Amino acid sequence: MKLKELESCLQQVDTFEEPKILLEQYPTSPHIAACMLYTIHNTFGDIEGKLVADLGCGCGVLSLGASMLDAGLSVGFDIDSDALDIFRRNAEEFEMSNLDMIQCDLCCLNAEVYARKFDTVIMNPPFGTKHNQGIDMTFLRAGLTMAETAVYSLHKTSTREHIQKKAKDWGVKMEVIAELRYDLPASYKFHKKKSVDIQVDFLRFSKA
Amino acid sequence: MKLLTHNMLTSHVKGVTNGYPLLIKATEVKVNQLDFNPQFVSRMIPKLEWGALVQAAEDLGYRQDLPGELVVDYQQNEEFLKKVHRVLLEVEVMEGFLKCPESGREFPITKGIPNMLLNDDEA
Repeated sequence: MKLKELESCLQQVDTFEEPKILLEQYPTSPHIAACMLYTIHNTFGDIEGKLVADLGCGCGVLSLGASMLDAGLSVGFDIDSDALDIFRRNAEEFEMSNLDMIQCDLCCLNAEVYARKFDTVIMNPPFGTKHNQGIDMTFLRAGLTMAETAVYSLHKTSTREHIQKKAKDWGVKMEVIAELRYDLPASYKFHKKKSVDIQVDFLRFSKA
Repeated sequence: MKLLTHNMLTSHVKGVTNGYPLLIKATEVKVNQLDFNPQFVSRMIPKLEWGALVQAAEDLGYRQDLPGELVVDYQQNEEFLKKVHRVLLEVEVMEGFLKCPESGREFPITKGIPNMLLNDDEA
């Protein structure tokens, strides 16, 4: 599948109807999702025939994309039943069955029970800007425990140094694959501007 | 919920020391066809708790002749891998619940999605 095809498929994925601010429900744009998945698939070979976990999957754009690229199975984890309901409907519309979903709270999940069960973990975690500072690192930690090979994640560029240090402490290798401008459309009432660009890093963490 | 996913799920209710494997009580089960990928199935087998998979398949009425012990040289045994593929990835629990073997806590499965969320006093 070509990048353009993947992106146009992902444009048909439904996203949040009423995003929940406390859960930082910002959709991953079809363009960013397609670029991420295409790189994970083509450059690193970490999707086709792999068991993939998508942490904080929301309406499932990353999981659906991974399934389109022939993941063995992608499993989405999210706390919110409304988001998972949209994800389920998306999966039905695309007639994809190499997908599964679990409703759970990643903040109190004992990731040890999933240790190295998944080949690849992908995520666009909450950035922790709404009274939940550090939640992106909680997600990352869980992902690193669950993955056998690699974790792919998006983080604010302003936190790169901090994440680099943490990665070193945890004994994993971190690479910046791309710097993205994350176009955040004004999806909440407190957003005064129509859209805001924030600098985001697309990171790959690999295990020794 | 596929049985590959079930094979990884554990109950984390406070005080529970062994919340695995979760018992499945299904009221609706579906079989969704999926392309057979022998390499993927072979790679998943060593990650599985085999006994829990066989028990889950049995509880749902889909065990057929799946052996209680994992066969040796399964990588070359296509017929066996196809059976595992079916129970692991094609059989799906749509409605029902999962039950913690220690506390008896029930986790509902609705439209194929297990809800593992805990109340504040259980976490």
